[in-house]
Amino acid sequence: MHAEKQQHAFEPKIVAFVCTWCTYAGADLAGTSRLQYPANIRVVKFPCTGRIDPVFILRAFQKGADGVLVSGCHPGDCHYMAGNFHARRRFAAFRQLLDFIGVDLNRLQFSWVSAAEGGKWVDVATELTERVRELGPLREFAALEAEEHWSGALATPELQEAYNSI
Amino acid sequence: MSRIGVFVCHCGENISRTVDVEKVAAEAARLPGVAYATDYKYMCSDPGQSLLKKAVAEQQLDGVVVAACSPRMHEKTFRAAAKAAGLNPFLCEMANIREHCSWVHENREEATAKASDIVAMMVARVKKDRKLVPITVPVTKRALVIGGGIAGIQAALDIADAGHQVVLVEREPSIGGHMAQLSETFPTLDCSQCIMTPKMVDVANHPNITLHTYAEIENVDGYIGNFQVTVRKKARSVIEEKCTGCGICSAKCPQKKIPNTFDRQLGTRPAIYVPFPQAVPNTPVIDRENCTWFKSGKCGVCQKVCGPGAIDYDQQDQLLVEPVGAIVVATGFELYSIAEKPKGSPIKGYGEFGHGKIPDVIDGLTFERLASASGPTGGKIVRPSDGREPKEVVFIQCVGSRAREKGISYCSKICCMYTAKHTMLYKHKVHDGQAYVFFMDARTPGKNYDEFWRRAVEEEEAVYIRGMVSRLYQKGDKVVVMGSDIAVGVQVEIEADLVVLATAVQPRPGADTLAQKLGISYDKYHFYSEAHAKLKPVECATAGIYLAGACQGPKDIPDTVSQASAAAAKVMTLFAKNELEREPIVAKVNEKNCVACLACKKVCPYGAVEEKELRDRQGNLIRVVAYVNPGVCGGCGTCQATCPSKSVELDGYTDEQIMAMIESL
Repeated sequence: MHAEKQQHAFEPKIVAFVCTWCTYAGADLAGTSRLQYPANIRVVKFPCTGRIDPVFILRAFQKGADGVLVSGCHPGDCHYMAGNFHARRRFAAFRQLLDFIGVDLNRLQFSWVSAAEGGKWVDVATELTERVRELGPLREFAALEAEEHWSGALATPELQEAYNSI
Repeated sequence: MSRIGVFVCHCGENISRTVDVEKVAAEAARLPGVAYATDYKYMCSDPGQSLLKKAVAEQQLDGVVVAACSPRMHEKTFRAAAKAAGLNPFLCEMANIREHCSWVHENREEATAKASDIVAMMVARVKKDRKLVPITVPVTKRALVIGGGIAGIQAALDIADAGHQVVLVEREPSIGGHMAQLSETFPTLDCSQCIMTPKMVDVANHPNITLHTYAEIENVDGYIGNFQVTVRKKARSVIEEKCTGCGICSAKCPQKKIPNTFDRQLGTRPAIYVPFPQAVPNTPVIDRENCTWFKSGKCGVCQKVCGPGAIDYDQQDQLLVEPVGAIVVATGFELYSIAEKPKGSPIKGYGEFGHGKIPDVIDGLTFERLASASGPTGGKIVRPSDGREPKEVVFIQCVGSRAREKGISYCSKICCMYTAKHTMLYKHKVHDGQAYVFFMDARTPGKNYDEFWRRAVEEEEAVYIRGMVSRLYQKGDKVVVMGSDIAVGVQVEIEADLVVLATAVQPRPGADTLAQKLGISYDKYHFYSEAHAKLKPVECATAGIYLAGACQGPKDIPDTVSQASAAAAKVMTLFAKNELEREPIVAKVNEKNCVACLACKKVCPYGAVEEKELRDRQGNLIRVVAYVNPGVCGGCGTCQATCPSKSVELDGYTDEQIMAMIESL
């Protein structure tokens, strides 16, 4: 009964940052409706998109995500009234930064998926997976990750010097 | 050193059919910090939960991950099981490998790999989880009801009958609202006053109800269980305690020509007045805008004639602070007036129907006053222009409602029924009269409603014409109504004596300002939004505030009363406990790092962030920091993502927890 596994040259890792009220519930609905989509996506649940710090997106890219999805309630439907508006403003600015540091903006997707939109969740997840598949692996951050060996604090010689000089 | 237990559920076959659960458990067992991993057919069942409890005890686990369904389904179940085993419930996490994995992926290898990843993420997270203790807040068992219409009255009586104190605040000088203005009510045609006024008296006499009429909400502070509401009692210019309600002041007042708003401008009233004879409280109020004393300093007749000396021209507005634990909002509706287009209203107006210009074009509530036995004509239906009995009356439905091009797209719900009622009342009083109704659809869902509508058509012979009115103009003493009958495809022209418009139901003016004071949300028409359209129809997204009646959307009396009782039941549920327990997912400020930029305060949708002064033992101010009131905090975490110095942390969603998940990728 299982579908033949399609062979792709590259299977991207996609991380989804979603709010618990709308998009997480929408993804649950996709499940209860048995709608199929690529298995590349890993969901991280937040109370609200307003809680999502852009640093998380950078960190996800750094730790090997090839694509990141941020999704919450539709404007005006936020459980916390305005969290998604704050998120939208924050990400409008963050996209510029991401572009500046050289990450293809096609790897980052923002969307609104409500608790009733299981189908939309599937579409968004499928489209992003396919797009990132074509873009290939994200290499910009791999070198940084290898160099850094994350230990809770940035410990490059330059930074160390900067700290010492303070 | 962490000792984490991982429990992988088969969910019968729901998970195990697609995911190799044994493999997931085996891989989990190899994760650092995992002391125990197993799989079981039904984790949520009693033996499944016992398995978890036993493992926690035997293996001395300090964290648990249950890989099963969505946390929205069974997180509570497993957290309760963890708690029963002596573990802090917030050290139990769920890995969603059903809705997010087995049900949406068909390939066993891929699904198994993904399930292992999800488990690894949650194991990384649970290691960073902290013990959290539910927050308890005391409950003030006293309710505030805003609005003294039938919704507010019903809610107030229900709560008061349950033995709790209620403060009822009404903007007008008397309670009663729109229902007191109605003549008869559908679908039984019983008199509105007969069922309404006894309830009004009950409110006034109830030992548990404090009634503030001619009062408005000035300010609302606090949170569920602990609101502080400031009520502005407008100056009545009459001392309530002294007034006996004899009415001599109104009778002697020389100013008599003020349009009576209760009678929809059909009659007049004096400057010192009670809105209607059955008003509760029966205490008059001086309309300062129209009173000669307040305009020119002369007159003073009411003061001279008042035996008990109740008139006080120097009375000032009073501000009362009422501590309450719950709020019921029941501010009701207003009919959309074409004559006075409200400022900033999205509605474009219906100038073509001549409302406000042609005196014999009136709205539904005005017709109610004409038909009411206590109305300005004593229940005789006459034309406002010349007092003649109208022989041909045209009713126009859906004026404003369901007209997207004009700005209102919703159905006003009550007009089909009240127009049918109007045709009947008219026919009962003017036997040789003829009622015509222009309508597009008749919508009569409700117990005995369709039967009622059919009675109007079949027995009372109201002529229903399917079609809209294109033009309406005055010709002599008649109002010519031109429209089309689309059922037979002909143009219709009626020379009517009276035209009654079923204008759209809108929220009361100022609904948006009140919502901002209360911190509740409203839609683009300013109707208040419920927390969930189906499952939380009387609750607001803001805890402790409930909705009743037409302030939420157009509603008839049965629906309004049902919802008011439901809101009262919610208040009583809240009051059944002395202390409220709530999830401890709240933000905390690290006072060492906080520089009091208060960016968090700006973004907080709940107004939970306050400024806190740090002082030394001598009481000298050291510095100011932000403080999150845990009772008010909703737990969205917007403050944390906004804080430039990373001084705010949301329990349950700390940076450490999130980063741990991301890093386990």
